[in-house]
Amino acid sequence: MNEVIVSDPVIAARDLTKRYGSATAVDHVNFAISKGEVFGLLGPNGAGKTTTILMMLGLTDISDGTVRVLGHDPAREPLQVKRRVGYLPDSVGFYDNMTASENLAYTAKLMGLSSPERARRIAAALARVRLLDVAHKRVATFSRGMRQRLGLAEILVKQAEVAILDEPTSGLDPQATVEFLQMIGELKAEGVTVLLSSHLLDQVQRICNRVALFQSGRIVLMGAVGELARQVLGAGFVVEVEAEGSGLDRRLAAIPGVTQVETIAADRFRLTADHDVRPDAARAVVAANGALRRLSVDEPSLEAIYQRFFQTRSNEPQGVRNAA
Amino acid sequence: MRREGSPFQGLGTVALKEMADHLSSARMLVLELLIVLTALAALYGAIDTLRQNTAEDPFLLLSLFTVAREPLPSFAAILGFLIPLMAIGLGFDAINGEHNRRTLSRVLAQPIYRDALLTGKFLAGLATLTINLTALWLLVIGLGLIFLGIPPGGEEIARSLAFLVMAIFYAGVWLALAMLLSIVFRSAATAALTALGIWLFLTVLWPMLAPAIAQVIAPPDPRYAALGLETPDTALWAQALQRISPNHLFNEAMVAVLSPTTRALGAVFLDQLRGAVLGAPLPFGESLVIAWPQTVALIAGTIVLFVAGYVVFQRQEVRA
Repeated sequence: MNEVIVSDPVIAARDLTKRYGSATAVDHVNFAISKGEVFGLLGPNGAGKTTTILMMLGLTDISDGTVRVLGHDPAREPLQVKRRVGYLPDSVGFYDNMTASENLAYTAKLMGLSSPERARRIAAALARVRLLDVAHKRVATFSRGMRQRLGLAEILVKQAEVAILDEPTSGLDPQATVEFLQMIGELKAEGVTVLLSSHLLDQVQRICNRVALFQSGRIVLMGAVGELARQVLGAGFVVEVEAEGSGLDRRLAAIPGVTQVETIAADRFRLTADHDVRPDAARAVVAANGALRRLSVDEPSLEAIYQRFFQTRSNEPQGVRNAA
Repeated sequence: MRREGSPFQGLGTVALKEMADHLSSARMLVLELLIVLTALAALYGAIDTLRQNTAEDPFLLLSLFTVAREPLPSFAAILGFLIPLMAIGLGFDAINGEHNRRTLSRVLAQPIYRDALLTGKFLAGLATLTINLTALWLLVIGLGLIFLGIPPGGEEIARSLAFLVMAIFYAGVWLALAMLLSIVFRSAATAALTALGIWLFLTVLWPMLAPAIAQVIAPPDPRYAALGLETPDTALWAQALQRISPNHLFNEAMVAVLSPTTRALGAVFLDQLRGAVLGAPLPFGESLVIAWPQTVALIAGTIVLFVAGYVVFQRQEVRA
């Protein structure tokens, strides 16, 4: 696994391990997240993502290894950590008989905020997640998307330096998902470090700087999506060229960086390359006196990486498996 | 390893929020109505009885608590029966409710310890019960003043206040039990049914079972039976077993404090009665001494059950 050296990490886990009896939920996990990064924990349900998050918040005991969050040990100084870290749990719940702003006021009081400060921050946070007009409605009437946004508002009220979001978009409709991802983007723009877990790969891909793939308690892959694509798929970019001309396939194959040219139709080619080769492809077509009609690039999909990775691994003999 | 920060941070916030929830909840309203209506019926009976043979009792106000007229039990007995119901109603979904609403991890992600959540909920429940019981107590005193027309003496007030304190700790035992069950069982319905089962067992079945078990442990001596007397060993065992039930403890303490003529709870040796003027009231302090072990047992029961819940809760996983 390629280790990315992160200087002065906001969150750093070393050999973090959680055992329940004889079962190991999280198995010697190592990662470091730097300030302002959006880091994704990916993997199927039950792979250990939530357990890792709970250990970071001091909400469950650490069996082995260490984790430092903002320089504190969550097992020993949970209050220090929880004062500066916002957490949006998987399918977050609120007190249904209370209004949105009452719910926020309760947690704001637990944060120790003074009354005028509370009122100011709650109004601002509700405005940002576009819930200001329902601030005095009972949460019982809220949709799933509204609850998620209210959970995000709680993190805003806390003015958290680190936001930990567990499956923030699962169960949201596409519109709500886009809105929510936008809000996460806004957090990132403000310099908040975001750690999110998900099993929905394409969404994570859109906003994460780096991802870590979990499988049965271990991180099996970690890095930026493009990096992982090169590592797993052998190439990061798929460029589609629609052009007319003779001998285009040979010319396209000659472009440096292109590993494969697939002829889909007489005038359509699919190039696999290790970087964005669109300018070179355009030049190649023009040089061959071809008529270039369309040039498009597919970002490497995390889904493809994920599937390819687990496919190849399951084909490998047992001994090699642990080498990753 | 020493924890950083105070375990009580956020305690007040939790307690106030929980109390507001209790006081405004429909569940609480129903329980209050139930208790007030039964208590009023019992008081009506007591007042009616007392008016017909008044002036004999120097502790008229206290009789208000203890006098019963068929078919209703006395006010104090009704409290002994219904306080557990109220306490269970307040506590059975304290923690599993948070689990099921999925609010637990969100609240615990705030800078507080679990201690604050659990203690805050317990104190809020106890405060709610205290408010209700105090209101009931005032209701009895007020009705006594209106219908009996005799101002209560200082000792009567002191004795009834002691009764109030005992009632609060009696409620505390059941609240702590209900909260323990709410921690152990993830389903609120299971916790409620278990708590109600324990309540029915201890108040209805146990008084019948305890003497039977005592007879098995210490078989009655036929010589005593021939004299129409209880075998001392059997009686002592029966009493010891009865005292497992907080209901029995509360009744004993209540009798000692509210009936000033009570000289002992349970079996007494004949020589202990030497020189005693039977039927003469004891001073308040002496009555308190008689009720003290029972009161301490109720307080201890509250603490033990709360600590048990605390330990389980601290070790419990937060995730659903």
